[in-house]
Amino acid sequence: MLKSLDELKEIAVKYNNSSNILKKRVIVCAGTGCVANGSLKIYNQLVKKIKEAGIDCIVELKMEESNESKILVSESGCQGFCQMGPLVTIEPDGIHYVKVKVEDVQEIVNHTLVLGKPIDRLLYVDPLTGEHCVHTQDIRFYNRQSRKVLGLCGHINPSDIHEYIAKNGYQAVFKALTEMTDKDICEEITYAGLRGRGGGGFPTGRKWELTRIQKSEKKYVICNGDEGDPGAFMDRSVMEGNPHSVIEGMIIAAKAIGADEGYIYVRTEYPFAVRRLKIAVKQAEELGLLGENIMGTGFNFKLHVMEGAGAFVCGEETALMSSIEGKRGMPKPKPPFPAQSGLFGKPTVINNVETLASVPQIILYGAKEFRSCGTENSPGTKTFALTGHVANTGLIEVPFGSTIREIVYNIGGGVTLSDGTISSNGLKAVQIGGPSGGCLTTEHMDMPLDFDSLSGIGAMVGSGGLVVMNKDTCMVKMAHFFMQFTQNESCGKCIPCREGTKQMLALLEDIIEGRATGETLDILEELAKAVQKGSLCGLGKTAPNPVLSMMTQFREEYEAHVIQKKCPAKQCKALLSPQIIPEKCKGCGLCVKVCPVNAISGVRKEAHYINEELCIKCGACLETCRLNAIVGV
Amino acid sequence: MEIKFNDGELAKVENLKQKYPQQQAALMGVLWLAQNKFGWISKDIMKYVSELLDVPLSTVEGVVSFYTMYHKKQPGKYHVQVCTNVSCMLRGGQEIYDHISKKLNLNNNETSSDGQFSLEEVECMGACGGAPMIAINEDFYENLTVEKVDEILDSLK
Repeated sequence: MLKSLDELKEIAVKYNNSSNILKKRVIVCAGTGCVANGSLKIYNQLVKKIKEAGIDCIVELKMEESNESKILVSESGCQGFCQMGPLVTIEPDGIHYVKVKVEDVQEIVNHTLVLGKPIDRLLYVDPLTGEHCVHTQDIRFYNRQSRKVLGLCGHINPSDIHEYIAKNGYQAVFKALTEMTDKDICEEITYAGLRGRGGGGFPTGRKWELTRIQKSEKKYVICNGDEGDPGAFMDRSVMEGNPHSVIEGMIIAAKAIGADEGYIYVRTEYPFAVRRLKIAVKQAEELGLLGENIMGTGFNFKLHVMEGAGAFVCGEETALMSSIEGKRGMPKPKPPFPAQSGLFGKPTVINNVETLASVPQIILYGAKEFRSCGTENSPGTKTFALTGHVANTGLIEVPFGSTIREIVYNIGGGVTLSDGTISSNGLKAVQIGGPSGGCLTTEHMDMPLDFDSLSGIGAMVGSGGLVVMNKDTCMVKMAHFFMQFTQNESCGKCIPCREGTKQMLALLEDIIEGRATGETLDILEELAKAVQKGSLCGLGKTAPNPVLSMMTQFREEYEAHVIQKKCPAKQCKALLSPQIIPEKCKGCGLCVKVCPVNAISGVRKEAHYINEELCIKCGACLETCRLNAIVGV
Repeated sequence: MEIKFNDGELAKVENLKQKYPQQQAALMGVLWLAQNKFGWISKDIMKYVSELLDVPLSTVEGVVSFYTMYHKKQPGKYHVQVCTNVSCMLRGGQEIYDHISKKLNLNNNETSSDGQFSLEEVECMGACGGAPMIAINEDFYENLTVEKVDEILDSLK
């Protein structure tokens, strides 16, 4: 049990002393993405082959031993470059290997670990320059980011609390518990300008202050780890890669508001996050960093990990609290706000994972340092999950104020087109903020991204999902897709959301299937605004955002669907007229057989043709043709 | 199988109850315990849990029906969850789903007659960096193609 800052620092010194003298350290990414691609097998093989080479191989760093001749093989959380996984880095050389296979392990041992040389074919090759990037920092995906919240993610072993402590971990807690009053903490966070990373962007310091001033014997802190936004996995990566930063943030929040108990509510869909959080909580308890009399300061904080069960709406704070209480995860009207009456009716602070993980650095290094990057009203950095039609999918962190051009083209490496090639100008849109957000177009390429600029154009930072879409994406279909999601996930409590989303979905279906009339777009817009205004919680209030945003940005595309009954991106089957390319058609007659209205005719072994008057655009011939001789136009 | 927790599991239930000031709050955790043991949540299991926690059966049913991850019927030995949400869809998730559905001859939420496979179309599982993805029980598989899916499923048969 740690009793003082000195004891904490002693662990750090011991850890660093024994780790700095290691012969080498091999870090295998064990984030969900790399594990899915076989990184744990690579980990096991590395241990086996290093031992076979007669080298002393350890998988856990013991702080007392002399480690000069040893190689440590450790797992890390998400290193971020998911597209290139499984990832393996080798310290102290900083060599970064991508797409590693079990078969590569022997060579890594012989060549890199024994001889200290990099293996060319395992290095990342920059597609623009053709350069082989030896070190992590040579890769554009990494060197254009500012990894602060993710700083330790992918480097440290998330299941070793000593390593976290060695990186100044838990010093912020000690500072908050011994040198600061609850009011000081709230003021520091307010001055830092930290805004909620879960979607709304509410000032965290103010949220804490509102809870702090409530008089109650019992208060709670909740970490919202129910990340469910399609295309978002930042919180998962933080919980998997650096769980102690979240715990530290929660202890500081508890001190700030006067709480002695907290819950981390995490998706069951994230088994690694759940496991590593539980390990982290146990380790922190064993060292006296959680529980009674933390580090001898007299402060108590008990922390529990709770698993959800697959309901998107539980990401909404009042629904999440209902869920912790063992009820259906339905939201409640506000006020009363959680600060006044939250979990079990007690004042409660509920923050998102990334928000809490940002707190220790603000306390330890000061609000001023935090404000040194980002924009005036959105200081600090933001993590984003970069997915969809982009060359480098993965997890990134950039200062607020970065542009889409920087993110998609420089960090993301460009847009992937339907034929698999990478292009530097194929972008159609980027959906930001998932099903509650909006879309950015080529027009917004150089707009600095922050909370205010995005809300100004009807989008939002949201939790940080960035879904890149290339030119072959139909924006009506995308709106339909997001609406289907929110309609599916609507809890059914309030009518505007339950019925409104259903009707909006039906209208979008009309557009996609060619049944829309001149009025459809107006009705859709009117209904969308009613759902925004009338819904009870954030899910319903923001559900129409993608539709409205896409209708505004891509009005012509919507009108083409409605008026000309054409889908410019050629994705809506019902609006496509099949046409036979005579040069490709061999006259096999397969399409003739499947056509339900006998609209196709022709002489065998010669090019066929379609009678447009008879064609009902069912698309059966398109699917049947083996020669791709039929296209929709 | 008799619907009853053993002593070890009952101790876990007690532990869960200690985490909250109200007994009902332990409900979701106890349901997870039950699902891990019995494979799914039957009506009889709901009754058992309701008595165990002294929570009305209607409340237990309400909770079970609300959350998609509680199985309301017995899933297959391999529960195949295919994401067709946005990032996967843009990279061919729907084709993966259609292929698996055809290959296993199962529609959404169906279980094969030999109890080996069940299929579920799921929302985003947060593994978008490697889209398209599927999960089989707790294991994720990413960057899939139809061929890779065949390989994975064939290795399970």
